[in-house]
Amino acid sequence: MPDRILPSRYSGRRRGDMIATVLAFAATALGLGWLVLILGALLWKGFSGLSVAVFTQMTPPPGSSGGLLNPIFGSLVLTTIAVLIGTPVGILAGTYMAEYGRYDKLSSVVRFINDILLSAPSIVIGLFIYEVMVAPMGHFSGYAGGVALAVLVIPVVVRTTEDMLTLVPNALREAATSIGLPRSMSITRICYRAARAGMVTGVLLAVARISGETAPLLFPSLNNQFWSANLNQPISSLPIVIFQFALSPYKDWQDLAWTGALIITLAVLALSITARALVPSGKQS
Amino acid sequence: MQTARRQSVADVAVSNRMAISAGATPRMKVLDRLRFGDAVFRHLTRAAAIGVLLLLSGVIISLIQGSIPAIRTFGFGFLTSERWNPVTENFGALPAIYGTIVTSFIAMLIAVPVGLMIAFFLTELCPQWLRRAIGTAIELLAGIPSIIYGIWGLFMFAPFLQATLQPFLINTLGNVPGIGSLFAGPPYGIGMLTSGLILAIMVLPFVTSITRDVFAAVPAVLKEAAYGLGCTRWEVVRNVVLPYTRVGVLGGVMLGLGRALGETMAVTFVIGNAHRISASVLAPGTTISATIANEFTEAVGDLYTSALIELGLILFVITFIVLAIARYMLLRIERRIG
Repeated sequence: MPDRILPSRYSGRRRGDMIATVLAFAATALGLGWLVLILGALLWKGFSGLSVAVFTQMTPPPGSSGGLLNPIFGSLVLTTIAVLIGTPVGILAGTYMAEYGRYDKLSSVVRFINDILLSAPSIVIGLFIYEVMVAPMGHFSGYAGGVALAVLVIPVVVRTTEDMLTLVPNALREAATSIGLPRSMSITRICYRAARAGMVTGVLLAVARISGETAPLLFPSLNNQFWSANLNQPISSLPIVIFQFALSPYKDWQDLAWTGALIITLAVLALSITARALVPSGKQS
Repeated sequence: MQTARRQSVADVAVSNRMAISAGATPRMKVLDRLRFGDAVFRHLTRAAAIGVLLLLSGVIISLIQGSIPAIRTFGFGFLTSERWNPVTENFGALPAIYGTIVTSFIAMLIAVPVGLMIAFFLTELCPQWLRRAIGTAIELLAGIPSIIYGIWGLFMFAPFLQATLQPFLINTLGNVPGIGSLFAGPPYGIGMLTSGLILAIMVLPFVTSITRDVFAAVPAVLKEAAYGLGCTRWEVVRNVVLPYTRVGVLGGVMLGLGRALGETMAVTFVIGNAHRISASVLAPGTTISATIANEFTEAVGDLYTSALIELGLILFVITFIVLAIARYMLLRIERRIG
């Protein structure tokens, strides 16, 4: 009797394993397939529009040719402001959590809040900046856009700074203290140096994150059809231009949107791959 | 040279007390400056850490403040009203909340099993040398900006679904009694199903990478014991790895859910922005974030703006709760695995 049941049970189990294995392969193929599909579509639709004019001319009125110079410039300016504000704050906060208050109450609360901010809906950040900056000032502005992006930079930098400083071996700190270095110098001269690659990665990841962000810019900085270096005025930015052009009924605007999308994606992917290459495997989360 | 420098540094440390008693020597001035700099740096970092807290409370306070007019006018009925009429200034959040939940639910329905299977593949089946490459490729999906998903969804994915999947669903499942109404109506291309599918792609990397990480952290002894009993690979994952990492997997799922709920641009492109509740997932709808993105810059009047800000507040509260649960669960698995 048993020798009749056993083979059938074995084959049933083996079949279950086979099905799961096939499904696992299929799921992975699906995930990779999506990546290929999206990148392929971008290259196919966006590459044909890529030319020198894209980088040297202003956004056109519908029906005529033009480029993306002002939104590209605007995006660079906004990203720079965001990094200039967000990085110091993020690094300092991360330093407190890893060095001074690794185990205290404040750090664990900040860690929790920071993780929430990290994944908070970015459109809510746009509303927040609208409430605190645009409404009181009475108009949309480049400053507001930069600050909105800075709010997104901070949690990323806090997280990576803390993680990387935590990885610095305590022996280094003890050695620094033993030769009489004050705490602040042992952090800035020793720990920062040991964790430098990881901290740079954090900033790169933050830049990658914000350079494609559209939602938080919708209300703070709005769009500007023309060249504007005045940060007190609405400023053009690449994601917003893509948003408006893609939803427009004009063919040449849609084509420009695709080209802009290709530029952003390539920039973001280059940034995140560089960031990954800087840190040895398994250290970033 | 080397020894001279070492000596001088040691000197500073040892003669600290002597310097204090000796009075205002140059060395003491240096020490004072160092001590001062130390205190400044410490307080600066502390202030930055508190700044992060203030940032979050600032977001909450400003959202509450902005939505006070809407809360005063509509009260609790805002959450249950289906109307959305800017002309008569009559607003209700129910269609947007409904759309947000339905699209996120569709996204999780697809992303969770697919993400789990990819994690199974990456930890048990994939050859070692390919693991990093495939894992990175999946994570790159998370790096693509959401507006790219939007433009791709609108121009490529929605027309594709309109021509293939949607007619198929209408002709097959649409006639099944009971669930038929879920797939009724014409194939618009855009709509809640399309948004849900795109959200699924966007959430997939979050679910996958966390699941893979917790799977990889399962002690090898446990798995080896199960293999030793003659378990197949699937049985090991199903009966040993999954139960052991359940909390962590749930945390990853909640994290993905938090992303799906708040995602804006991709959904704005393909949801159709229709303020109504339809039983069919093929119909256009709206989500909280899409409503804000579409209407905020055109909103005239304080009440309209305020209603949109209250929508933002609702979204923030929902995602806050979901993300808090996610963090709590991930913290628990971290403590156990160490």
